[in-house]
Order: sequence, then C-alpha cells, then structure tokens
Amino acid sequence: MNNSLPTTWKKPPLIKSAWLRWGIVIFSIAYLYSATQSIHINWARIYEGSERGWTFILGFMNPNFSGRWEHIYTGLIESLTMTFTSTIAGIILSIPFGLGAANNLAPKPIYLFCRSFIAIARSFQEIIIAILCVALFGFGTFAGFVTLTFATIGFLAKLFADEIEAIDPAPLTAMKAAGASWLQQVNYAVQAQVMPRFIGLSMYRLDINFRESAVIGIVGAGGIGGTLNTAMGRYEYDSAAAILLIIIAIVMLCEYLSTILRQRIK
Amino acid sequence: MSSMNINKDEWHKYNSKQRLFNWVCWLCFITLAVYTWQVMNQDTIWYFVTDSPNQIADISARMWPPRWDYMSQLWVPLWDTINMATLGTLLGIMLAFPIAFLAAQNTTPSTYIVRPIALFIIAASRSINSLIWALLLVAILGPGLLAGIIAIALRSIGFIAKLMYEAIEEVNETQASSIRATGASSLQVLNYGVLPQVMPSFIGTSLFRWDINIRESTVLGLVGAGGIGLKLQESMAILSWPQVTVIFISILFTVVLSEWVSAKARHAII
Repeated sequence: MNNSLPTTWKKPPLIKSAWLRWGIVIFSIAYLYSATQSIHINWARIYEGSERGWTFILGFMNPNFSGRWEHIYTGLIESLTMTFTSTIAGIILSIPFGLGAANNLAPKPIYLFCRSFIAIARSFQEIIIAILCVALFGFGTFAGFVTLTFATIGFLAKLFADEIEAIDPAPLTAMKAAGASWLQQVNYAVQAQVMPRFIGLSMYRLDINFRESAVIGIVGAGGIGGTLNTAMGRYEYDSAAAILLIIIAIVMLCEYLSTILRQRIK
Repeated sequence: MSSMNINKDEWHKYNSKQRLFNWVCWLCFITLAVYTWQVMNQDTIWYFVTDSPNQIADISARMWPPRWDYMSQLWVPLWDTINMATLGTLLGIMLAFPIAFLAAQNTTPSTYIVRPIALFIIAASRSINSLIWALLLVAILGPGLLAGIIAIALRSIGFIAKLMYEAIEEVNETQASSIRATGASSLQVLNYGVLPQVMPSFIGTSLFRWDINIRESTVLGLVGAGGIGLKLQESMAILSWPQVTVIFISILFTVVLSEWVSAKARHAII
C-alpha cells in the first residue's frame, strides 16, 4: 500500500492522448514557421508609413467633419437608403426561400433547389457580388441595392429555414388534421411560432447591411464606402477618421435600437 | 368572467384601437420604404438596369470556358490567403483574450473606467469591416500580407471578445467562489475557476471566426493586402473573365472546405 498521499495537484491536460497532444504542438510549430516565411516585411516602408499612421491617429483625435461634409452627407444618405430598401426587399424575398428550404414544409425538389441557392448566395463575399453587380448594372446605388438584397436572401433564408425546421410539430399536425390548406398551415401554425425570432433576425441583418454598405462602395456600388475610399486616396486622414467615427456611431446606435426592439418583442 | 365579448359576430385578434394603430404603423413604414427607394434611385440610370440581361449574357459568355491552366499561378496566393486568415485569427485571439476578461462584468477590475474602454474597443472593431481596416493599414504599412494579417486580427478582436465576455458573464459562480475560499489569488481564480468553464466556447468561437476570416481574406487583396484577391484584381483589370471564373471557383472551393473543417473541429471539441 502506498501511504503517502500526493500533496500537489496538476490540471489534467485538455487532450488526453500524449501522442496527439505533442503531434498537434509539433504540427502547429511547423505550420507557423512555414506560414511566417511567406510574409515579407519591408521595415523601410513601415518606417515611412509610420508617419502616416501618426497623422491618422491625430486625425482621429481631431476629425474633420466639415471639410468634405457634402460628400459625406451624400454618401451617408446613399448608404442608409440602400440599407433600408435592400433589407426590406431581402426579407420579402427570403420568406419564400426560407419556406422552400425547410424540409418539414417543402417537397424534396423545391427543398434541394432552395438549399443550393442559399449555399451559393452565402459562400460569396458581398464585395465579390458587388463587383459583378457593378459590371452588370453600372456604378451607383442600384448595384449596391442588388448586392445587399442578394446577400440578405442568403443569410435570412438559411436562418428562417433552420428556425422553421425547429418548430414544435404539434400545431402543424393539428392544422393539417383540421383540414387547413398549405397557406393556412403556414399562417397559423408556423408564423405564430417563428415571428419573434424572425423579426429579431431581420433587425440583425439591417445592422449587418449598414456595415456592408460602408464597404461595397470601395468597388463603386455607392454609399459611404466610396467617400471613404476617396478620402483615403487623397490622404485626407482627418476626413477619413470623421467618416469612420460616423460609421461606428451609427452601428452602435443601430445595435442599441435593435436590442431594445428585440426585448420588447420577446 | 371571461373578458371576451362572445356576442360579436366575428373574432378579431386585436380591438379596433389597436388595429388602427397597427394600420398607421404599416402606412408609415410603407411610405418610408417608398420614399427611401425614390431617394436611392434618383441618380440611377435605368437604361443600364434594363440592359442588364444583355450584360449578363455577354459576361457569362466571356467567362466560359474557364482558363484552367491559370490555376498553376493561384496556388501560392491561395496559400498566402489561408496563412493571412490563420495568423490573423491567432493574433486576434491573443488580443481578444485579455479584452474579454476586462469587459466581462464579473471579472473586470473596474466597472467605471476599464469596462467602458474595453466595450468601446469591441464595438469599434466590430463596426469596421476588415476591408476598411486593410485599406487603412495598406496606406500605413504598405501593400502585402502583413497589412492583411493585422486587418483580419483587428476585425476578429471584437467578434471573439464579445462572444467570449458573454460566456464569461454566464459562468457558474459557485466554482469560482469555492476556488476563492481556498485562498486563491484573483488570477488563480480566473485560471482554475473561470477559464475551464469558458474554454470550450472560446475554442468554438475562434474556429468559427477562422472560417469567417478565410472568407474575408479572399477579398482583402482588392485593396492591396495580398492573397488571391490581388490576382482577382489583376484579372479584372485586364478584363480576362476566364481567369476570373477560375479564381471564383477556387475561392468557392476554399470557403466550402474551410467551413467543413471548422464545423468538424467544433463538433470534435464541443
């Protein structure tokens, strides 16, 4: 019998097998080494740029709202209108896609079609879609509107469909037993259960769309991103800082409002 | 007893006052939507929009068939893209880790000074897209992978720190207080009482962010931050659509693969 009890305690390791643990460590070190080889750091360029970085930080301390106010104002209006209209259009279009992609409501062929459409819409970045839309519809807000609508469909339809698939099936069965038509089933059994989440997700997407609308302007799809890109191109860091601060403020406001709205709906 | 008026001919969910209110709300909403649509499209040239079916046909015809031999030039940018996302995520995790502990209500050293600062860092990082960070950093650090890595890291801080501080706020207090009762210092309480509880959600969040970062790093090259986006920019500039198709297919493939890897890894851990 071993009488001496251990006096110290060690945390059990996260991964039990020692082989796997050390394997992961060695693999990570090897990967980190090879990955860092591809970074080329040009210290002279960074030294040169640090002055600009400092100007930029100064710009943040002292943002210039008035210098380019007209451009900022137009960009903001474009961004906000684009966000609002594309979110509405996206919600309207994502409802049929969401219903079609829920396997407890839709027949198999429609389910597969909607799911693959959603998968494609989700795998491409907004900015890539924006490049294509600018090529198709010309520069300006309409291209941005189409981009954001497309991205909204991919995002919302998937979450709606997942939400619909997770509903309590009892009301649906009851509606079916009562002889309700498909539309009546959706209206009384599904909609009643998913509505609060539905509104919450839509508000969340409104928030995301505003953030994205600040980016797609870089490739010419209208909005505040274009103004920001111009300001950066002209080395007007105080104007750029002002635009960034406005974006941050609007996003925070949006988030705050949507939190309040979601709490009220619950 | 029942407040419902059963003598009414028809049942309504809302009474007439509420219905009027809802109707006015809808009216305002639709008016606003129509108005914003008008404002948005005042500069739209509708000729381009009505012409778009022709454009779609034209561009699709140019994009097909893809120029597959261009793929040989894409392996290095793809490797760079994946490195940019991975190293950026690692850097982001390192920076987000302390910020999350400073932002959580139950672990922050001071609620009035440190917590608001940490929350502002999180909000600022979340509201600015990585492409905008890259735009700034390319101007400061010069074009290249480094700008991309830092851009990805700065964007990830907010996401990881937000989800993590919410997890920290939800930890079970009893375990932390029992560690405290043994006379542990506050750092030891964090290490043995809080950290083991949040670790799975933390790893899950990081893997999820890595997957998003792969997606985002594919386009950072558009503003000069390296990776496959740079090749995309080049090919678009010389209007070589068959190359663009190859790039799109390789991006799609990488994104789907990374999503699969991250989902598998998360299932294995959680």
